[in-house]
Amino acid sequence: MDVPAGLRYSDDHEWLRADGADGIVGITRYAADELGDVVFVELPKVGRSLTRGETFGVIESVKTASDLYAPVAGEVIEVNGALAGAPDLINTDPYAAGWIIRLRLTEPAEAGLLKDADAYRALIGG
Amino acid sequence: MPVQYRGILDEHAQVRRAAGLFDLSHMGELWVDGPGAADGLAYALVSDPRTLAVGRAHYSMICEPDGGIIDDLIVYRVTPERFLVVPNATNAEIVSATVAERLAGFDATLDDASERTALIAVQGPLARQILAPLTDVALEALKYYSLGEGNVAGASAWVARTGYTGEDGFEVFVANGDAQAVWDALLARSTDGELLPCGLGARDTLRLEAGMPLYGNELDRDCTPAEAGLGRVVKLEKPGDFVGKAALVAATAAGPRKVLVGLTLRDPGIARHGYPVYLDPAAEVPAGVITSGSLSPTLGTAIAMAWLPPGSSSVGTIVDIGIRSSRVAAAVVALPFYRRPG
Repeated sequence: MDVPAGLRYSDDHEWLRADGADGIVGITRYAADELGDVVFVELPKVGRSLTRGETFGVIESVKTASDLYAPVAGEVIEVNGALAGAPDLINTDPYAAGWIIRLRLTEPAEAGLLKDADAYRALIGG
Repeated sequence: MPVQYRGILDEHAQVRRAAGLFDLSHMGELWVDGPGAADGLAYALVSDPRTLAVGRAHYSMICEPDGGIIDDLIVYRVTPERFLVVPNATNAEIVSATVAERLAGFDATLDDASERTALIAVQGPLARQILAPLTDVALEALKYYSLGEGNVAGASAWVARTGYTGEDGFEVFVANGDAQAVWDALLARSTDGELLPCGLGARDTLRLEAGMPLYGNELDRDCTPAEAGLGRVVKLEKPGDFVGKAALVAATAAGPRKVLVGLTLRDPGIARHGYPVYLDPAAEVPAGVITSGSLSPTLGTAIAMAWLPPGSSSVGTIVDIGIRSSRVAAAVVALPFYRRPG
């Protein structure tokens, strides 16, 4: 399973990539595969403040709807507008073009509560 | 049957443009035999299997005495005194037991072959050319809702021109022991991706586009066939009594309590089973409920079926669907959402 090193992972299958004072958030390849074809992503408004674990959006696949949870606290400073026209980027490129939101981290230490790649790989059994 | 093999959208498109192979072995197969089989089924079901010519089939339902739908099913007449009844997997046991009970006063027996029968469907515009070289059943002459007995890939089979996808296609009934060989022989006919296995997910989006009801979503014991838009299936005028007749006559006189409609969403979002439907954006109390919903892979828009009050169900009516904390506008449209070309 595709679990890049250098990212941090939540038990809810979001990844966080540190980028200075910001963090970029998406869902893992494992989660994308489980959802199947993603057809719609409900994104939060820019400027919204999120606490760790808060629901910030919804991913709809043909099969099911699944909530998105903030892996750490932060303010939403950008959303991936490309997902409106191409929600399948979540399936085809979950760790890069399929990113979902950029957060200005308000509690940077929370990243330490997330799993590293090895621990996440153990969580998904592979 | 898995939900998907390669992806629901991919499998859906495969059936619309070429052909898909479905393992439907979970479906029930009930054989009803005897001089009283036709009369017995006419009493047990809402349709009139006595009117079926040998080799023909029709869509039917089995109802409760109060008119609620126990299941929808297909009835095939294979000889004057022998019928094949195919209920849904989840209802196969209850349908088997209920039909057997209702046949008590008739000279007919029921053999539940569900556990020993496999059902393989080939669906899509290329279905006939893929299946034809493997069978001695004359597929070209086989009309929609007909079946023939013969061989498929060396196995003894019943081949029916029926399906649940909105495309041309065939359903092949074989013994369990022959299923793998038939499946493999069909796939081996596909040299360039003409036929690929498809799962339950695509089966659901295909039937939804085709406006076909799914038991448990659109159909249940709380609705009558007429409310589901399937009143034509019920033969109230057929000779003799049948289970549910009095209730369905009364329901026809009273008019529908609710109407099943098609909806096309006007804004992004997916309406799913159980979501509330409002007649007016300010309304707090839902007037209806979504029965099934998905993105329509063929149309590229979100579609749904829903129960609405009879007075508010005409084509063009605008409603709001409660999707989590927001309301998404949708228009009532005519069913089906998709009709195959030609």
